[in-house]
Amino acid sequence: METKEIKNKVRKEQQLMTGAQAVVHSLIAEGVDLMFGYPGGAIMPVYDALYDVQDSLTHVLTRHEQGATHAAQGYARATGKVGVCIATSGPGATNLITGIADAQIDSTPMVCITGQVASHLLGTDAFQETDVIGISMPVTKWNFQVTRAEEIPMAIAKAFYIARTGKPGPVLVDITKDAQFGEVAFNYVPFKGMRSYVPTPALEMDSLTKAAALINTAKKPFILFGQGVVLSGAEEEFKTFIEKTGIPSAWTILGLSALNSDHYLNVGMLGMHGNYAPNKMTNECDVLIAIGMRFDDRVTGDLSRYATQAKVVHLEIDPAEIDKNVKTDVAVLGDAKETLEELTKIVDQREHAEWLAEFRALEQEEIDTVINEELSPKSDVMTMGEVIHQINEVSDQKNIFVTDVGQHQMIACRYAKFKQSRSMITSGGLGTMGFCLPAAIGAKMGMPNSQVIGIIGDGGFQMTIQELGTIFQCKTAVKIVVLNNEFLGMVRQWQELFFDKRYASTEMVNPDFQTIVKGYGIATKKVIERADLESSVKEMLAHDGSYFLEVMVGKENNVFPMVPTGASVSEIRLK
Amino acid sequence: MRKERFTISIFTEDIVGILNRVTIMFTRRKINVESIAASESEIKGIHRYTIVITETEDLVKKLVLQIDKQVEVVKAVYHIDSEIVYQEIALYKVATSILASGGKAERIVRAHNARVLSVEIEFTVLEKTGHKDETQQLFEELEPYGILEFVRSGRVAITKPMRTLDSIVKGLEDLVEK
Repeated sequence: METKEIKNKVRKEQQLMTGAQAVVHSLIAEGVDLMFGYPGGAIMPVYDALYDVQDSLTHVLTRHEQGATHAAQGYARATGKVGVCIATSGPGATNLITGIADAQIDSTPMVCITGQVASHLLGTDAFQETDVIGISMPVTKWNFQVTRAEEIPMAIAKAFYIARTGKPGPVLVDITKDAQFGEVAFNYVPFKGMRSYVPTPALEMDSLTKAAALINTAKKPFILFGQGVVLSGAEEEFKTFIEKTGIPSAWTILGLSALNSDHYLNVGMLGMHGNYAPNKMTNECDVLIAIGMRFDDRVTGDLSRYATQAKVVHLEIDPAEIDKNVKTDVAVLGDAKETLEELTKIVDQREHAEWLAEFRALEQEEIDTVINEELSPKSDVMTMGEVIHQINEVSDQKNIFVTDVGQHQMIACRYAKFKQSRSMITSGGLGTMGFCLPAAIGAKMGMPNSQVIGIIGDGGFQMTIQELGTIFQCKTAVKIVVLNNEFLGMVRQWQELFFDKRYASTEMVNPDFQTIVKGYGIATKKVIERADLESSVKEMLAHDGSYFLEVMVGKENNVFPMVPTGASVSEIRLK
Repeated sequence: MRKERFTISIFTEDIVGILNRVTIMFTRRKINVESIAASESEIKGIHRYTIVITETEDLVKKLVLQIDKQVEVVKAVYHIDSEIVYQEIALYKVATSILASGGKAERIVRAHNARVLSVEIEFTVLEKTGHKDETQQLFEELEPYGILEFVRSGRVAITKPMRTLDSIVKGLEDLVEK
């Protein structure tokens, strides 16, 4: 044998490989088959290693690193698996930060891998060097810098474990270029845990019993549920629990779709632009049961006047969330699935028909004053609501909706109908404009057999519009609906209501989106007349590939109801 | 709610960057750290930080839970002064001449039981260990005679409750899947 061949044989027997190869083999060992990213100098060895494993690990080239993070988020949120993205050092790494921050606040499991300058150059202001460990620290659940090849399998195993367990979140592994070139005897051992990290606190029977006692004696109990139900896969347990206790249940926008829209106990959306009844009733109930939600300020309004009359029960996985915003009477720490299973056993079978009827009466008020006009407007001007309504009407309601941030987001959350969980992917905590287009791509790639519909405003669309290139290259059959009001609508609404209509920098002079989208080879249509809406929505949904639907909606429409900033939830305005 | 002085003890894995992760929790709530001390703990591989702040207990409770949830933080706890035994050390550099003639400055040093660490022709270094008000008192009394340099360490503190770090760590280690 030639010397080279002998060397190769020895390498194979000892599973010797480069650090870069160890990166991709670690990802494969974690079951990753799809990742999003953008190459560059300091990550080139890993890209070179990816070239050899294209059959088992697909890399999607986005058009910007931010797009890679949102795509990974969309993928994770739709599938429940860990989203993976990869970028180079310096600007590649800093471009990940928005998506990482978004994943952190919305508890999305994500592993980010960044290249870094060689270890001997660290701290020297080398070309494309940035302290991504320092920069990402406030917005990651965990991060780690690898400077030696042999650290790679362990670092990646740990990253996946931390990202997906407990309250999930984003992690970042920064790998110096010399570590990627270095040699390692590859031995992948999945990570099992560490003493300084308790992902899921043990369920305490004592607090569970106290919670049950409050629930069993409540006259006007009310449930608020959030993404915790989805993240722990507790949709069934949740449904069983509410059906046994007969308690009206309202959702945060991250909990949306965990319970079917038409369920008789689903009383709608909480928060600033949520439904009338759940906001009003928050200050009427006697026991408030929060499940896997964190009392965000957009949900609670003025905390000093939030549910002060109620006993509060909080089912939550993260001890730091207890009493953070709302003081609880009984906190039950643990995973929602297990907690709900156990709690259901010890609560009484009850009905709260009169109490539920009070919700329905308020709902009727909202239908009469807000909803009818939004979904079937008398005016010729189209509303965002009627577009969402039309999608509900002509689809099987098993769509995965992805939204951007702003008026269209609130409208989509308010009016889209769901029959399946993990079907609303929206940037809730961070409120990241530009989230939708790449997140929809990731969701579609994760769930290729589902109808994935991105709902975007004309502002947010232009923040990550370059990802049309990803759709073009990958032939991603995602549906994109731009609700175009030629304004940054939500900010304009606030300017109208709270800043004397001084529309500072909110009017958008837009290019012709049709021409742009055509350039990317995507089927497209622009609707300016209501008469064309139904047929266009049908055409979009029936279309095999990607489709872009632009609907011109009222320029100065507002989203109502609304809890103004600083107001109490019970002061929710219908107009 | 009234602001009080709290001593936060944070036990972490011995890794690069964890101090940064801990201090970020203070920075993002705009809390000024009055003093910080870092050292090894009685368990190999576990470091401890002692951080003193003045805040309301309500806020400190939330802050400590947010620190405790950081992945490589083993445990974070907070105490008021009566629950701990604590100490600080201060060093004072003064001109040797002010002590030389058996004047008032010398009597001050004696009265405070300050130790003389080093005597040079030009300067003398004094050491005083105690609570901040004690080291501050000495500072103020020496000040009229001229203090050339002064430094005070962060507070170090031992908690009075008897649950040992060892038992906490063992409890946590038992939770990890073997």
